[in-house]
Amino acid sequence: MVAPVISARGLRKTFGEFVAVDGIDFEVPPGESFGLLGPNGAGKSTTMRMVGAVSQRTAGELRVLGLDPDTHGPEIRSQLGVVPQDDNLDTELKVRDNLIVYGRYFGISRALCAQRADELLGFAQLEEKAKARVDDLSGGMKRRLTIARALINEPRILMLDEPTTGLDPQARHVLWDRLFRLKERGTTLVLTTHYMDEAEQLCDRLVVVDHGRIMAEGSPSALIRQYSTREVCELRFGSERNADAAARLEGLADRVETLPDRVLLYTDDGEGLLERVARLGLHPTTSLVRRSSLEDVFLRLTGRSLVE
Amino acid sequence: MTGVVAPARGGVRALYAGNARAVVGRALLATRSATGIVVISGFFEPVFYLLAMGWGLGSFIGDVTLPSGQQVSYAAFIAPGLLAVSAMNGAIYDSTWNVFFKMHFGKLYDAMLATSIGPLDVALGEIVYALMRGALYAVGFLTVMQVLGLNLAWTALLALPAVVLVAFGFAAVGMAITSYMKTFQQMDWITFVMLPMFLFSATFFPLSVYSEPIQWLIKAMPLWHAVELVRGLTLGELGTSMAVHVGYFVVMIVGGVAFTTTRLRALFLS
Repeated sequence: MVAPVISARGLRKTFGEFVAVDGIDFEVPPGESFGLLGPNGAGKSTTMRMVGAVSQRTAGELRVLGLDPDTHGPEIRSQLGVVPQDDNLDTELKVRDNLIVYGRYFGISRALCAQRADELLGFAQLEEKAKARVDDLSGGMKRRLTIARALINEPRILMLDEPTTGLDPQARHVLWDRLFRLKERGTTLVLTTHYMDEAEQLCDRLVVVDHGRIMAEGSPSALIRQYSTREVCELRFGSERNADAAARLEGLADRVETLPDRVLLYTDDGEGLLERVARLGLHPTTSLVRRSSLEDVFLRLTGRSLVE
Repeated sequence: MTGVVAPARGGVRALYAGNARAVVGRALLATRSATGIVVISGFFEPVFYLLAMGWGLGSFIGDVTLPSGQQVSYAAFIAPGLLAVSAMNGAIYDSTWNVFFKMHFGKLYDAMLATSIGPLDVALGEIVYALMRGALYAVGFLTVMQVLGLNLAWTALLALPAVVLVAFGFAAVGMAITSYMKTFQQMDWITFVMLPMFLFSATFFPLSVYSEPIQWLIKAMPLWHAVELVRGLTLGELGTSMAVHVGYFVVMIVGGVAFTTTRLRALFLS
């Protein structure tokens, strides 16, 4: 087996009384796209900061590229690309200069920085904005610039903390496309997200994190197979009547989840189930059959939905 | 990767990548794209003081008698003081307000420290940039002094490195203090300390006007050492006390840099 680029055992981080990361274990082999999926405050960003060698762990074992971040911070950081949750681009510099100056922080020669900056502007589809001010870019463009910046040192691992939070759907798809290309080139990606669709699109394997602990681990499809059924029926009876209807539907499906705005029925045959619901004399105002997603896995594992 | 040498835990390797020049380069590039007015005002401020007080006020005051008995014009007396003050002001501005903003609003240091740059690179880089600016203003001001005939000895040339030393000391301590500041209100305390230092540190009149205890208090202040050092050089009044003034700033530099680095490490790499 290939040596993992990241391995964590019993990794823990506390801030005073508060336990942000509560003993987690995971390994990331090279070339994998690995995700940490969980709601806000689950400890994802704290984990990323420890892996990124900018935050010291309280306890546990952590190796990044075979090195201990506590003692080899600079060596590790020189081989990482970091895309933080909030853009921290240099607003006093032009777009292209942001890339060059960032490359210089890694001690890369000015000529090489300039060459890579031009390539990366192409990759980020920002060639025409090379001389623009950072403040004049749209949210999606800033995000792409931050990703391009993180690639200037040709990192062995690209770390993305909530890469598409706050972007409109179109900008998200552009970004996913760029990240997918990196994945195809064999870049190791580590990303956190609280978006199911993002995790399903980008991650080969992920861990579901809640309250600083890992609840489950596997590929998106394996997690869905393990923790959910093939299909889900979403029925809406109106917020007053959802609970009543759910009680009558008990036993009809493998599992019934009642949410404030809808009832979820887990089954392997959605259409068949809808017919049986109709035969019971229940008539939802809307009904929808869809495939199970990671959202269902999260709901099953924690009893809460991810985005509230 | 091969040949990676394991550093001691928390050793200087973890704090310093030997790449402060990248931080300086960034600052120079940012200055070039900024408006020039801030840069230029740093040169004119002491010149205006010199014209207003040296000439205007000086024509009422006449000559000043130095402790050595030498008589010099009032303008020649205060010009080195103003040079020292402007070195202090520039260094303090760059290392306090400028750093405070980058630290809390620009998120610039977060981005830097996610690279191989260490906190000591950031501290040194920012200070060196402040010194380059300070040196540029000092060259301008010394030229004005030369034109006005206020440099009375060849040692005035040494005032340039002296001003850089003074600025280094203030910048190092300024950054250390700023790393503890959390709000704009706290930042006002810096002004509160600097203004009286500016007015009373023998910048505008000899220390002999004060009673002895107050003289000792003033002599404990960094600006007094700065003024005496620069004045000694431009007027050619040299003595063993010069070594004390230099030593004072060496201590400020070493202490300030050590402190700042520790603080930046605690703030950004905890």
